[in-house]
Amino acid sequence: MSPDQPILNDLKTDDYKFGFSDPEQYVFKSRKGLDSSIVKEISLMKKEPQWMLDFRLRSLDIFLKKPMPNWGDTELMGQIDFQNMYYYLKPTEKIEADWSNVPDDIKRTFDKIGIPEAEQKFLAGVTAQYDSEAVYHSIKKELEDQGVIFMDMDTGLREYPDLIRKYFGSIIPPADNKFAALNSAVWSGGSFVYIPKGVKVSTPLQAYFRINSKNTGQFERTLIIADEGSSVHYIEGCTAPTYSSDSLHSAVVELIALPGSHLRYTTIQNWSNNVYNLVTKRAVAHKNAIVEWLDGNLGSKLTMKFPAVYLIGEGARGEILSCAMAGKGQHQDAGAKLVFAAPNTSGTIISKSVSKNGGRSSYRGLVKVYPNAKNVKVNVRCDALLLDEASRSDTYPTMEINEQSATVTHEATVSKVGEEQLFYLMSRGLKESDAVTLIVNGFFEAFVKELPMEYAVELNRLIGMEMEGSVG
Amino acid sequence: MGITLLEIKDLHVSVEGKEIIKGLNLKIQSGEVHAIMGPNGSGKSTLSNTVMGHPKYVVTQGTILYKGENINGFKADERARKGIFLAFQYPTAIPGVSVTNFLRTVLKSIRGVEIAVKDFRKELKEKMELLEMKDSFAGRYVNDGFSGGEKKRLEILQMALIQPAMALLDETDSGLDIDALQIVSEGINRLRASDRGMLLITHYQRLLNYVQPDFVHVLVDGKIVKSGGKELALELESKGYEGVEGSDKKAVAR
Repeated sequence: MSPDQPILNDLKTDDYKFGFSDPEQYVFKSRKGLDSSIVKEISLMKKEPQWMLDFRLRSLDIFLKKPMPNWGDTELMGQIDFQNMYYYLKPTEKIEADWSNVPDDIKRTFDKIGIPEAEQKFLAGVTAQYDSEAVYHSIKKELEDQGVIFMDMDTGLREYPDLIRKYFGSIIPPADNKFAALNSAVWSGGSFVYIPKGVKVSTPLQAYFRINSKNTGQFERTLIIADEGSSVHYIEGCTAPTYSSDSLHSAVVELIALPGSHLRYTTIQNWSNNVYNLVTKRAVAHKNAIVEWLDGNLGSKLTMKFPAVYLIGEGARGEILSCAMAGKGQHQDAGAKLVFAAPNTSGTIISKSVSKNGGRSSYRGLVKVYPNAKNVKVNVRCDALLLDEASRSDTYPTMEINEQSATVTHEATVSKVGEEQLFYLMSRGLKESDAVTLIVNGFFEAFVKELPMEYAVELNRLIGMEMEGSVG
Repeated sequence: MGITLLEIKDLHVSVEGKEIIKGLNLKIQSGEVHAIMGPNGSGKSTLSNTVMGHPKYVVTQGTILYKGENINGFKADERARKGIFLAFQYPTAIPGVSVTNFLRTVLKSIRGVEIAVKDFRKELKEKMELLEMKDSFAGRYVNDGFSGGEKKRLEILQMALIQPAMALLDETDSGLDIDALQIVSEGINRLRASDRGMLLITHYQRLLNYVQPDFVHVLVDGKIVKSGGKELALELESKGYEGVEGSDKKAVAR
């Protein structure tokens, strides 16, 4: 590179360097396309109760009738071909892909992010389960003693049908939106968590400690119930890149925070850039409950994800902190929703996005205050950082405030990496790319500092790699 | 006798098409402290930014030699790694980046090797104590919400850690109260060394009461119009730039 060439242009080649796939070894693979016979087949394979089959079929009906959303990135959404994909793959009990077949650059990526080999093998699909039994057993024992339920959703449905029947789809009904309906019809996998009354779970529950957990599915369904006065931090996904040959991922996550509970949900997703990630996430916070969403989005072709908290009990609090990084050919359409339906409730939304190499990020938010929800306090802050002229950032904030006593603040900034910031850092010996990386890391700090240490370190390294544009 | 660190020959610099430096000559040997004084708009900051390699400042004529090498085409980071340092007049905030993280990244870039956390902490603590900086300072975000004095201290702290061969200090005294000025001046004096050159850029001679230069140059309208010893600063103080300007048009920096 010549010394005068603007470095921002070659910060990153956007080829997804992490993509890899396993040989297909599925004991069951449905045919392409979607109709009621496929849905019946899925339910039958899983030996589900009749009510779940009925739920699925009802959802399918809604999905087929509902038009595609007429908002958001309709151009990219229009490219989804629903009949040209598989809706259910049951992985073999033991995935026997060979570690030695995993490409070296993937291994290097894992090394650079700094995750241990046992975990790397899980992530690469070599082992079906994070091979850390010793660690897992002690956590598992502690959780069992406290009465905590933490398992995959399919197992949950078999073992706790009543609990699931009571809450499943209770806050995101199938009719909520087309993609929620799709998930409700064909869901598979995901987590089921129940924290009993008054139980404080001290260690974060990490999805990859979950026993028998398979690789991330296409249509995950997660349900977390924090009973009265309990507290839990659930962490899902990881900063390691997740390759998927499936072009459409549509998860549904429902969080129920019963009175006085504290529920924090952290997720970082880093999909390969062929993926549509269209997710519905919602929480209800009952009286004096606290719900916190931490949501990090890297990769994918199009992500649409707007974590929501419905504050339905007096004194409840909701906090949503999200960050997104959009590169070439990517659209991160992310945001947050806070709905205040009870007095003395409060909430905060902080959104941080970085766009580079022509990437596009959007903040789409909703703040709604119902009449008679007295003394609501809400702060919204969204910051966008653009790394070059070709990149784009849009803000679509919606405010529906129907109560006089509400205090609402909204602050939005769009900034570019400043020439003066770059010069300052470069005058201290930092190469231009390192200087930009440091500025980006600083920009995301408000998000990163909320993460457990190992995730924070991984995320910072990952951002560095994204900026470097090389893993070699 | 020291080596020649910085040698500027017939330098012309334009900013956004407007010529600011108009034929400047200057030579700084190791062990020497030079001061450049001049009124507002004379080109003082343009000079320091140009030597450091700010892309907005275009050298249209002349050369800047550092240790005998023409550095005109080098980017700021390359100049920094070669040993040039600029203490900024208006240091920029880097929100979200802690002073500790920043300084460790800087030292890694300058020295080319990662410094063990323990060694770094020790070094940082020592240097911070000398500048009478509180421990909590290290956890704050770089220049974000800093007072003028805090910004200048951070600049001197960086200089103390980096140990550059050639340091340029741009209006380091501005925005400092008398106590802070003393602390910062002591910091600068401690860094005077036989293998280091310094160039103080200042509007007032106040700083020069604390940091005594070996040479003083008067910069007016993009040129050095007079050079002399430290007594020249006092002369400027009493006569003003008007009194000195043009009094010795042939004077060229040694």
